[in-house]
Amino acid sequence: MNAALIAIALFTVGTAVAALSRRNLLHSVLLLAGSWTGVAAFFLWAGAEFAAFAQVLIYVGAISMVVLFAVLLTRRSRDDLAPEPAARGRAFYAILTGTAVAAVLLVTVGRTAFPPGPALPPVLTVGQIGDQLMGPQAAALLVVGVLLTVAILGAVVLAARDGPAEPGDRR
Amino acid sequence: MSSLQLCLGFSSVLFAVGLAGALGRSNSIIVLLGLELMLNAANLNFIAFWRFGPAPAAGTGVLFVIFAIAVTAAETAVGLALVIAIYRHQHNIRLAEAVRLKG
Repeated sequence: MNAALIAIALFTVGTAVAALSRRNLLHSVLLLAGSWTGVAAFFLWAGAEFAAFAQVLIYVGAISMVVLFAVLLTRRSRDDLAPEPAARGRAFYAILTGTAVAAVLLVTVGRTAFPPGPALPPVLTVGQIGDQLMGPQAAALLVVGVLLTVAILGAVVLAARDGPAEPGDRR
Repeated sequence: MSSLQLCLGFSSVLFAVGLAGALGRSNSIIVLLGLELMLNAANLNFIAFWRFGPAPAAGTGVLFVIFAIAVTAAETAVGLALVIAIYRHQHNIRLAEAVRLKG
């Protein structure tokens, strides 16, 4: 049982590292879609099917497509691909910080004695999730709906151009 | 090492990878993707504690993950709109050059 978990973890972390270290943005987005699929596989492994399907639909389907659109809309020239002079030092310190955070978290997790959980995954049907969403969590569901609406409106306002387009403007 | 510790270690490493990506890259889209990775690592923790926790019947972990995914979707939409707005002003998406509002 743990072998599947380790395989999922290696795949997810490997694609994430590859995605964030690539210079080509398109490769990054596609590799990161693989990483999100690995997270969905973990959700399936843990018995949370609904969360896994939501992850696939929203991350692998929607968010990766939106990011791809942003990449294609903002691609200008090879100039963006050229490394900056300060990039190497910043990458070094970023990796140092990431390693330190990972070390602290891993040592803490390793030293904490957790009570053993149930051997079998808990069963949670979609009907039960629906009952929860419409019953105790109804207020949160409404707030999320309002939040999504406001966020979409804000995104449209931010991304829309002000004033008429200039004649020589290709975008 | 128990399964729960493996899950938590997995999410810790994923969080650290996202943090390093968000801090170390100068491309604003990659920084956003690093943030997404960190949020995914948090979702992994919710599911892990739901799976191995003492009272999984309530489904709190799954519900939290669903709401977190919805909030992340909103955050991504606004973040990418900001990236496009930055691109319109300075014709590239390097964070180091987006200092127009700096005092």
